[in-house]
Amino acid sequence: MATTEEIRTQLADLVNDVAGVPVEDVQLDKSFVDDLDVDSLAMVEIIVGCEDAFGVTIPDEESKNLKTVGDAVAYIEQHS
Amino acid sequence: MKQIVITGMGATTPLGGDLSSTWAAMLAGESGVVRIPEDWADELAVQIAGYVKVDPSEKIDRVKARRLDRNTQLALIAAEEAWTDAGFGLGADNPVDPERLAVCLGSGIGGLHTLLGNWDVYKARGPRRVTPFTIPMLMANASAANVGLLVNAAAAVHAPVSACASSNEALALAVDQIRLGRADVVVAGGTEATIHPLPIAAFAQMHALSKRNDDPKAASRPWDKGRDGFVLSEGSALLVLETLEHAQARGARIYGTLAGAGISDDNHDIVQPEPSGHGQSQAMLKALRESGLSASDIIHVNAHGTSTPQGDMTEAGSIRRALGSAADNVIVTSTKSMTGHLLGAAGALETIATVLALKERVVPPTINLVDPEDGLDIDVAANTPRPLPAGDLAALNNSFGFGGHNVAVAVTTANTTS
Repeated sequence: MATTEEIRTQLADLVNDVAGVPVEDVQLDKSFVDDLDVDSLAMVEIIVGCEDAFGVTIPDEESKNLKTVGDAVAYIEQHS
Repeated sequence: MKQIVITGMGATTPLGGDLSSTWAAMLAGESGVVRIPEDWADELAVQIAGYVKVDPSEKIDRVKARRLDRNTQLALIAAEEAWTDAGFGLGADNPVDPERLAVCLGSGIGGLHTLLGNWDVYKARGPRRVTPFTIPMLMANASAANVGLLVNAAAAVHAPVSACASSNEALALAVDQIRLGRADVVVAGGTEATIHPLPIAAFAQMHALSKRNDDPKAASRPWDKGRDGFVLSEGSALLVLETLEHAQARGARIYGTLAGAGISDDNHDIVQPEPSGHGQSQAMLKALRESGLSASDIIHVNAHGTSTPQGDMTEAGSIRRALGSAADNVIVTSTKSMTGHLLGAAGALETIATVLALKERVVPPTINLVDPEDGLDIDVAANTPRPLPAGDLAALNNSFGFGGHNVAVAVTTANTTS
């Protein structure tokens, strides 16, 4: 089982790849939209990337609740 | 009628990553056609193409590039070159009133790599793996819209689609925009990026492409008896057009004048040119009329000249039909002999070549013309550049497309600065 920090690090690489956000900026308290300037289409790619990277399924109705990096990491921890 | 001048030009082509290298290669009579360096080409009847000489990843930020089809990446490279060549900056350094700035950028096919690539993803990994950027990447207006964002155009952004006449139609539309008072500055031209097994297979099934796989540089040979079809190429070419007043007010360098354009349609067949050349000659005659020129003013024609058995001779006849005895004094060339066929970017690239030919007083050659077709009744600049005289000069550039689209553009040396 990956640690919270391992998941955050892997997610940071994904956000960097999709949206160009520096990996060090992808911290648990950051909002994807408000802090990291990730737009809605890039967010879809990040969600799908998480499914591939962590072996989880994130339904559309769940994905809109993942406002912060911490929300996403917690979801992945609970469902992987 | 408002005079429209050309103040900036940019191109990325199989002959060069930018316009200056492209033009130098044209005058040197080089070919940009190569063997396709991909395994997928092995099973195709046609294994040659013309790739742009620049890797877009060297010019466009990685994160931005992954949201742009190659069609648009090439357009942005050419657009930035043209825009800065005109003396304009970008972002905070962009002095042009956005409400007076338009874009007219055509493409014959659009974001083909995105469309087919995401269909491959869908089939292999399912619908949820299709990128949400697919539609804004593949749509036919994507390149026009992205260039609009680059240069900050708010007057209008147009994306005319008329197959291989698309970018000449974009230039014609740009002329209209300026003369109707809708814009003072227009970025106009075309882009195309379709080197992929599907379109090559499809064009080959039409017997439209050259199969001279063992000698790629000799494959595009307009009016030569050995021609056997066009060569599929990619690239982009754009011009910055302004009213003469707008250009002079800012002291801009002026390459020449875009005097006017003529549009017609063959109304004959979806792919075959109408054999008499009536529609093609009508486009040329309309361009002359709109430009206030007569046939005897024309010194040079950059032909559509794709290297197809039927098309080249139809066009030779239509040039003769349009210009009559004045055609005796016209030097014709097909720069596609060197570039291959850039489809929706061809017209703009060849208009740029025409502008430079007049300004530099030299017509680039038609290479590979070693055994001219019998009855070729036009003077082609075969294999070596041909000089043009001093004084006021005018020229035409022809582009014709599947669908019967014919667009001729007239350029002159009027207002040219050194």
